[in-house]
Order: sequence, then C-alpha cells, then structure tokens
Amino acid sequence: MWASILIASLGTYVEKLLGYLLPQRILERESVRRMTGLLPVSLLAALVAIQTFASDQAFLINARVLGLGVAVVALLLRAPFLVVILVAAASTALVRWLGWMP
Amino acid sequence: MGWMRNHRKSGDESQSINTNALGIGIATGAYALSFGAISVASGLSVLQTQSLSLFMFTGASQFAFVGVIGAGGGAVIAVATALLLGARNSLYALSLGPVLMPKKKEVPYTALLTIDESTAMALRYNASKKVSRRAFFATGLSVYVFWNIGTALGSLGASALSDPGVLGLDAAIPAGFLALLWPRLTSGSSSENRKMWTVAVASAALAMMLIPFLRPGLPVLFSALVAVAASLLWSKASTPAEEN
Repeated sequence: MWASILIASLGTYVEKLLGYLLPQRILERESVRRMTGLLPVSLLAALVAIQTFASDQAFLINARVLGLGVAVVALLLRAPFLVVILVAAASTALVRWLGWMP
Repeated sequence: MGWMRNHRKSGDESQSINTNALGIGIATGAYALSFGAISVASGLSVLQTQSLSLFMFTGASQFAFVGVIGAGGGAVIAVATALLLGARNSLYALSLGPVLMPKKKEVPYTALLTIDESTAMALRYNASKKVSRRAFFATGLSVYVFWNIGTALGSLGASALSDPGVLGLDAAIPAGFLALLWPRLTSGSSSENRKMWTVAVASAALAMMLIPFLRPGLPVLFSALVAVAASLLWSKASTPAEEN
C-alpha cells in the first residue's frame, strides 16, 4: 500500500510540475485542452456509477442508490459540498437503521 | 512571505482575496473530513490517509485512489485512476506559468499548491502578477492547511468506528464524486454543459456495462475512452474555452 501511495503521490506531483516546465505552445493545441477538460468528467461520472451500483463484479442496488438520489436533490438546491455528502450518508444510514433497504 | 505584505496599494482587493481564500479553505477542509473518513473506511491507515493529503494534495485523485482500493481494484488501477484525474493539474500549471511567473526555486512548492481552487483564484484576480500571486498562494495555503486538518479529524473519527456502513459512509463516496463532478456539468454555457452531460452519461453507462467483465476499478479507467473519443470528435467544432 505504501509503495502505491508513494508512486501515486509522486506521479500527481510530477503532473503539476510538468505544467511549469513544459513549453507554453502545448496549450495552443485545442485537442490537448479539450481532452484534459473532459477526462475528469468521464472518470468522475464513471466513479459515481460504479461506487453506487457495483459490488465487486456484480450489480447491487441497495441504500446507496437512495443516498445518491438525495445528493442530487441537495446539489440542485445548491447545497455546499459537505452538506451534500452528509445528507447522502445520513439518509442511507437512516433507511438501513429502519430496515427498509440493505 | 511576499504576497502577504503588499496590502496597502489595493486594500479592498487583498481583503477580498483573503476572505475568499479563507472561505474556500474552510469549505474544502470540511470536505476533507469526509475524505479522511472514507479513506479509513476503504482500508487505509490514518497515516497513509494523511500522506495522501500532504503529498498528493489533489482531492479528486485522492478520492479516486481510496475509492478503487476500497472497491478491491488493487494498487495499479488505483494509481492509474489517480494519475488520469490529476492530468488536469498539468493544464492548470501550464496556464498559470505566464500568470505567476514563478522563479526556479519557487516552482517546487508552487507546483504542490496547483489545484482547482488556487488556479481559479489566480485566474480570477488577474489585475497584475502580484495580485494573481497573492490570490494563488493565499488560496493554495489556506486549502492546504484546512484540507490536512480536515483529513486528520475525519480519519481519526472514522477509525474510532467499528462499521462505517452504519453511518452510510459507502453512500458518501459516490455523493462526493458527484459533488466534484457537478460544477463541471453546470457552470459552462448551455451548449458546453450539454456536451459535458453527454460525456458524463456515456462514461457512466460504459463503466456500468463493463462491471461484470472487468475487475473492480478497470471499468472507470475504460470510461476515459469516452473523453478521448469526444475530444477528438469535438476538437474542430468547438469554440476555444477561455480560462477566465
């Protein structure tokens, strides 16, 4: 675990560093800008889906789905980050405690 | 430190920079509470969790790293996902270079503090190099301090719990990713937002379809292909995205 933490930390740091060391003309390439702008959208959307519906290599619908729905409502109401996460966790914990969903 | 001293000339502006930097720091610090808790719930130790906040210091990559580990995706996929998400920081640094003009010896810590929030502030306060630098460093330092305090409190708090599932922490993970994703889907022009939604929905759908066939973590990496395809498709048709 420590090795992967080290490599990932070093790698993300080098990514930051590279931007200051590379020649500016890379920025002028529209495809580069577009791709780095879209990558987080792809990955974060996939992470939302997987962390909500996957359990190892199987689909699993449980109380997390309800938590995500509550998070969407909170985001639509322009709630701050922490509130979004708190209401998602709290609503999930609540329906579990009530025994309505696993 | 230089950027803290030049207050007299533009008192109002530096006041507003400091207030914003502090506010952003506190908000991300609160968010770091959940990172700390989720990381420990994913199986990392308190010290490992803190190392990520101290040295990786880029929230989305940190969340992704512990998310993949927690899902059983393994170290290699966790590292790859964190790096792919961190690629945007290269782009931030590229745009910040001519704005901040860091000296050689300043580059190492300027790079560490290059994140979403500090970049946004530096590009927003663009009256002069001095003002941009102050906005960048005030925000970067504020976030760094609060992010690490929040991480420590969150991880120590969660490590005192026996079963994080009881508190719904497993639902906090996708909610956290969604909160990170949301501004990217809603803050552009309507045509830009529509493209972002298309990419997001296609990526999520692709990842879901791959769940049964690939080991945990890999479906997320494969979803990056959607971003690659979309950027190739749209690179000609689009208007250049201005950074301010």
